Amino acid sequence: MIFSLPTFLTIGAILFALGFYNVLVRKNTISILMGIEMILNGAAINFAAFAFFTKAVGGGVMVLFIITLAALETAVALAIILSIFWINKTTFIDQASSMHD
Amino acid sequence: MKEIILIILAVITLGSAIFVSFSRNMIYSAFTLLLTFSGVAGLFSLLGADFIAGVQLLIYVGGIMILIIFAVMLTQNISEGKKNNLYRYPLTGLILSLGFLSIWIDILWSIPWETINQPYTPMSYRLGDSFLTENLFPFEMISVLLLVGLIGAVSIVRIAQSKEQVDVSRGTDTMEVN
Repeated sequence: MIFSLPTFLTIGAILFALGFYNVLVRKNTISILMGIEMILNGAAINFAAFAFFTKAVGGGVMVLFIITLAALETAVALAIILSIFWINKTTFIDQASSMHD
Repeated sequence: MKEIILIILAVITLGSAIFVSFSRNMIYSAFTLLLTFSGVAGLFSLLGADFIAGVQLLIYVGGIMILIIFAVMLTQNISEGKKNNLYRYPLTGLILSLGFLSIWIDILWSIPWETINQPYTPMSYRLGDSFLTENLFPFEMISVLLLVGLIGAVSIVRIAQSKEQVDVSRGTDTMEVN
């Protein structure tokens, strides 16, 4: 059976793993933010799959909360990133090291 | 028929996610993430969450990705060339994420899920009902949180702009205009 619960959970898991790779490996802060968005979407696919395959409407409620909070967090994170860019003149995360020894 | 649509949407979503992760050009990653989110919206609509698919397209594709593309365009240097999304230690990252992924897939496919095979019913009626009866308090709290977040985001930018030594210019731009 292709149209079943583990298929959708696998899709969510692969999205999560790819977003996780993005967060670990990238040097650009905006790329790290894109990785975080992919992680949140993977989790949202999981919630929506559980809401469909077991008749629980709480999954759909959680997906709406995830989307709302992701929008909010992206706005705040981009404000911070732009502020750091105005000071450092670059967005690479290994050059924001003025507090380093 | 549902299986074919599911396979096509999964290939679109995961293929563009792989392209986002392994691309060295920032603009390519940002625009391909748009395609990923549209694929995720399609998967939501396959799962009966039609309202959620619409909200995903409105907010993620039409809000968050536009913000990210604006931020990318404001913070890149035109004269720097095309390779501005580099990564370091890719092998360690691949080993870690593929290790986690294999553990999760192994667990997922070996659990006997007890699913209810229902026909396709859209979820918007039950969602609206639960937001007004059972989940009313989280709904109101999300509104308060949105207000706080908006004020916070604007105030961060205003603090950064009001300092005298911060120059709101486009970085080290050395483009010559003939």
